[in-house]
Amino acid sequence: MSREQIFGNLRRGLKRGALDAEAVKKLEARIAAHEPNLIPQRSRTDHAGQVALFVKMAEAVSATVSRVADLETVPDVVADYLAKNNLPSTIKMSPDASLDRIPWSKRPLLEIARGRAVGSDMVSVTPCFAAVAETGTLMLTSSGDTPATLNFLPDNHIVVLHAKDVVGAYEEGFAKLRAREGKRDGTFMPRTVNFVTGPSRTADIELTLIMGAHGPRRLHVILVDDEAT
Amino acid sequence: MQVTSHDFKAKARKAMQDPNLRIALKRMETGFAGNRAAAISRLPEFDALRDAACAIKEHTIANLDYYLERFESQLTRQGGQVHWCATPRQARETILSLCRKANARTCTKGKSMVAEEIALNPFLEANGIEPIETDLGEYIIQLADEPPSHIIGPAVHKTKDQISDLFVQHHGKYGKTERLTDPQALVNEAREILRQKYIDADVGITGANFMIAETGSTIIVTNEGNGDLTQMLPKMHIVITSIEKVVPTLEDASTILRVLARSATGQEFSSYTTLSTGPKRPGDIDGPEEFHVVLLDNGRSDMLGTELEDALRCIRCGACMNHCPVYHSVGGHAYGWVYPGPIGAAIDPHFIGLEEAQHLPNASTFCGKCESVCPMRIPLPKIMRYWREQAFESKITPAAQRAGLELWAWFAKRPNLYRLATRIGIGVLGFMGRGKGRFRSLPLAGGWTDGRDLPAPEGRTFHDLWRAEAKRRGRS
Repeated sequence: MSREQIFGNLRRGLKRGALDAEAVKKLEARIAAHEPNLIPQRSRTDHAGQVALFVKMAEAVSATVSRVADLETVPDVVADYLAKNNLPSTIKMSPDASLDRIPWSKRPLLEIARGRAVGSDMVSVTPCFAAVAETGTLMLTSSGDTPATLNFLPDNHIVVLHAKDVVGAYEEGFAKLRAREGKRDGTFMPRTVNFVTGPSRTADIELTLIMGAHGPRRLHVILVDDEAT
Repeated sequence: MQVTSHDFKAKARKAMQDPNLRIALKRMETGFAGNRAAAISRLPEFDALRDAACAIKEHTIANLDYYLERFESQLTRQGGQVHWCATPRQARETILSLCRKANARTCTKGKSMVAEEIALNPFLEANGIEPIETDLGEYIIQLADEPPSHIIGPAVHKTKDQISDLFVQHHGKYGKTERLTDPQALVNEAREILRQKYIDADVGITGANFMIAETGSTIIVTNEGNGDLTQMLPKMHIVITSIEKVVPTLEDASTILRVLARSATGQEFSSYTTLSTGPKRPGDIDGPEEFHVVLLDNGRSDMLGTELEDALRCIRCGACMNHCPVYHSVGGHAYGWVYPGPIGAAIDPHFIGLEEAQHLPNASTFCGKCESVCPMRIPLPKIMRYWREQAFESKITPAAQRAGLELWAWFAKRPNLYRLATRIGIGVLGFMGRGKGRFRSLPLAGGWTDGRDLPAPEGRTFHDLWRAEAKRRGRS
């Protein structure tokens, strides 16, 4: 069988048999410790510095960012964004409860449906598990309440990000994920973790950078500065 | 894909006369290399990250059996399944039987070099399943019925005009008859056509840049988002990848990801880095119902403990070909198999045989640029030199070349005679060439002087100059 054949070949090449118990223990301990390696200095600042770095890096890859003081103003930002970009006022939104705290009723013209994305959805609104300052990257995790199709199918992706969820490096995003699930056996991963850095793009035609290859053409981040909550 | 590496010389000659290719390669040479240099200048830790990334891969490869088993057991716990395939044939047949199980008529595909390695598309087509490439570059070359010419820019050899022609020729059946010339309009048309394909496909096939032993996750890195739509919309997701792509933890993957995009396209981070861990979970309202990882060996395990082991660290960023003067001259197709450029010259002989690939390790000036930019510090020239030695020893090297080398070796092993012979040779050449300072042609060396002039030696050998210099310094 292929499996035995491959492992036999591997061990022949490594010039040893299967690892002994002690060696295995060492490797298990390495995984259990999952130590971060070198983390670049650029994100080693205070939290306000990390938030500022996130905004700078996200804008550098053509995401747009609106900073708001609280959830109160989010419906206005969304409605204005749709109007400014000539988009329909119909949005598909994650079923996630965190978005229920936004007073959507103050903009009654917004037509909001909840659920996964389908091909005809033009605009999605999703929450965000974390954001990584280092490269202006959003970290979105999938679940029944946060379906991943919303991150890719609609032409426009609007993300509600809380400033407290901005971290410096990818490793800190993973640490947050490990802490959320609390499991220590490596089964803490959701079905997908999407690191999203700017809108979809391609350079496959003469290396010319074109936005909106297959995923969203536009990515807008509403950054809610609610450090205290 | 069909192997044509034995034909390297003829294909290279033809490539150098192709004006479209000249423009495309020039654009690539400045684009990729310039972007990489800029990205690296913004990250002072880049070289230290390379060292860390290398150390992770070395550790993983030394314990590859453990990490692969760990990956399998973690993925199984999450409801996914690993299929071990020693050969390309087994991998093709495994994927076909999975497609049949899903009653697939079409499958969408993300970009995968391993899928090229096992020649998956023609096999699926022959068995009545239509594979649809969704990465724009792969889509373009699928329409053109060509293999990729670059591992991260498969259609980098195509001009916009050629792409316009291909779209007019193939998009009529979708009611698109206008010949588009604006790159944005071309992208939009492909986007619109592929949109429905994602939704209609029964199976989505992607590659993987990494596997995580800790969690049983696979990772893909893309800019277009096509790999994500490919894996989340159909009811089955098949990942085709190879055994050396495993790393221990999420933290280890983070380190390597920091050097990947910067080395490849010169981006800080690619638009989409996606970790997938098994199929749809209870309560999920999207995602595939089945998740399979087809894990190919194809002789990689035989590279362990050999001169080729270092090449198992390769993360397929393409930096080596982006900086290679030979690749810049001949493009990717001349190499005649899946992996072009310096990495191809280092590993293709292992996969397709040295006899077939004998020209590739010779298609190098040994300038060392590839090794200097490789994020994984793979000693590519050293591996090419190893293949040259192998070719010589197994008598694959042509007879005239062998005779020349043997003659040289005979002299080189007799230092006094060697010095005498070179002193005479250099003296004569120096005397003859003293007027112009170069030779346009030389007897018996026509093959060499056809393409360039030989600078005339200045009359004394290096040994003599060295001795004279040492004497001068000793005196002063």
